[in-house]
Amino acid sequence: MPDRFKPAAQILKDYNYDSAKLIPILQKVQDAYHFLPEDIMRFIANELKISPAKVFGVATFFAHFAITPKGKHIVRVCNGTACHVKGSAGIIEAVKKKLKLKDGQETTEDLLFTLECVSCLGACGLAPVMVVDDIVHGQVTPAKAEELIDEVLKAEAK
Amino acid sequence: MENENFVLIEGKKVAIEGERNLLELIRKANFNITTFCYQPELEIYGACRLCLVEVDGMGIVASCCVAPKAGMNVHINTDEVRRLRRVNLELLLASGNHNCTLCSKSGNCKLQKLAEEMGITEIRFKAKQKPVHRDTTSAALVRDNSKCILCGNCVRICNEVQGIGAIDFAFRGYRAQIATAFNKDMGLSHECVSCGQCARVCPTGALVPNSSEIEAVFKAINHPTKKVAVHIAPAVRVGLGEIFGLPQGKSIDGKIAAALRMLGFDYVYDTAFAADLTIVEEATEFLQRFTQGKNLPQLTSCCPAWVNYVEKFTPEFIPNLSTARSPMQMMGPVIKADFVERGGKREDMVVVAIMPCSAKKGEIKREEFYVDGNPDTDYVVTTVGLARMIKEAGIDFAHLPDAEFDHPFGTKTGAGVIFGASGGVMEAALRFAVAELDPKHAGKLDLSALRASSTVKEAELSVAGKTVRVAVVSGLRNARKLLDDIKAGKNKYDFIEVMSCQGGCVAGAGQPQFEGWQARKNRSKGLYDDDAKLAYKSQDNKDVMALYGTIFDKIGGHKAHELLHTHYTDHKDRTGQTK
Repeated sequence: MPDRFKPAAQILKDYNYDSAKLIPILQKVQDAYHFLPEDIMRFIANELKISPAKVFGVATFFAHFAITPKGKHIVRVCNGTACHVKGSAGIIEAVKKKLKLKDGQETTEDLLFTLECVSCLGACGLAPVMVVDDIVHGQVTPAKAEELIDEVLKAEAK
Repeated sequence: MENENFVLIEGKKVAIEGERNLLELIRKANFNITTFCYQPELEIYGACRLCLVEVDGMGIVASCCVAPKAGMNVHINTDEVRRLRRVNLELLLASGNHNCTLCSKSGNCKLQKLAEEMGITEIRFKAKQKPVHRDTTSAALVRDNSKCILCGNCVRICNEVQGIGAIDFAFRGYRAQIATAFNKDMGLSHECVSCGQCARVCPTGALVPNSSEIEAVFKAINHPTKKVAVHIAPAVRVGLGEIFGLPQGKSIDGKIAAALRMLGFDYVYDTAFAADLTIVEEATEFLQRFTQGKNLPQLTSCCPAWVNYVEKFTPEFIPNLSTARSPMQMMGPVIKADFVERGGKREDMVVVAIMPCSAKKGEIKREEFYVDGNPDTDYVVTTVGLARMIKEAGIDFAHLPDAEFDHPFGTKTGAGVIFGASGGVMEAALRFAVAELDPKHAGKLDLSALRASSTVKEAELSVAGKTVRVAVVSGLRNARKLLDDIKAGKNKYDFIEVMSCQGGCVAGAGQPQFEGWQARKNRSKGLYDDDAKLAYKSQDNKDVMALYGTIFDKIGGHKAHELLHTHYTDHKDRTGQTK
């Protein structure tokens, strides 16, 4: 088996090739590959003995799954009601400008960052909220958002 | 005691007799409500919401999703039900690109039919046009998702009946659509075998057999120097008539021969001739394998979607496939070889096949069916496509007097004609094989088990001290199960007939659309009625036997092998596996 498929093969084994576990399998696979590549989805379908169109259907139904490559670092800005009222739109603008993202573009050309606007993170008391690589930051301002991204860039430069 | 097991439908007592849902009962009571997503042979889905009725104590329900219960009081045309059905239809009309005059399904579309029945002249909702992407990459099928109403019939038949799942729902909410894996165009779908059953159950023009070649056929007919030969598959003669208001299933081969001549074809032949030829080659091949005990069970190879299936999903059975070409792909080279023998140039003979099938359109494009860039069959037109040609030419089909087919390639036996029904190929092969194994065997074989309208059939024959076990299966999911059982050692057969469409070619994607089993029964009966009037077995076709010694040296001989046999290629997807 080509090396590229080995992480997916291990995940399938961990889930005992159970096609009823397709969603958690895809979640793990996305963690491993940062998105759901076509050949990996096809491999999963063949191993689980379900049709690739079914896997594609599930992968495109849930917003959580990405079928195009995501960046190494995931920045989530909450745009739920509380965060929106507290000015999340300004944060989104600031991040987009900082990362030089065009309208409709989520991932930077160098595949370093992906910006996701999400509907609620369940931390409304901290609004507005921004999550960088699974670390939650509360009461974020546009300036703070830029600082957080600079921190990641600094760590990357090392 | 009086039978209490009935439902009141608009005040009329209707007995419950094992109906699957309230909708079936309502239709039995002569309320033929037009709906989109209910198909008798598929799982109940309840998506289109056009079978709404009001049931006392239950309110408004989708009748396809309700089991009939004694004492129910059902109202069909209340103001509320009428209002809701109309709103649902208007929403469907508003959400798609339903420009009827520019749609190949026009006149045969359920959406159009229901809009007409409800007298829709305006849509109160602001139309939000879906992006139009007309996918013509598949030789077999054309797809236009902007005409799709998401009833899911195509997805369910591909999954439930064919066991493939080449298409499924993808994306979400307003962006939801039917898609192949990874949203590829149909021509690039690895899974699609072109059987076209999705198009057969599509109520709109979202999925239709490709009909792009009709223009080229007219042009070939009008070409000053080219000769055009046409031949019709068995199932066409029992399918075409209903489009012109003739009784469903009645064979009208004479009228078709007349219409084809009026269209200007130079030679009007019958694919049943080539079916007899197929039997001679394929049954001879079977007898050899049977005697040697090699590559059994032999699998029939005349259904192109089935051949695609084996190549893509079960290539381990490629050695079991008969190498005999399908009748269509025997007919082409024979017509062309005969034309060349008589001094013509191969490319000046255009061969058109009228087929009940979408997969046949892909079959002629296989590279092994070309000689120096010239195809063995130039064009495939479906039964419905032929109806269009007849209408465009202004031919009053229903009133045509019968005409004869041209000879020699219009000569046929009953064995060739029954190829269009599930079980027919096997019966024809057995008629040949028994006569070869036991020349003294007189009279007709009793193969009624193979004529039943079920999708998995089997029979056992004792001939000349040997037992031959055969199976007949239609629908690819059934076929797969049979192969899996054979692999697991649970079953053993010598010869298996497989047709992709349940009921056989009579139910192909190129035929007029239908629902349920009755149409299949009517059409099959038409073929067996023709069979009863013709010679019994393929050996009796003198024009077929005369080919051996002229074009071909002998049955199974070198030249016969070149023109009448083929080979297959493993196309299984093995992504991620080591070679």
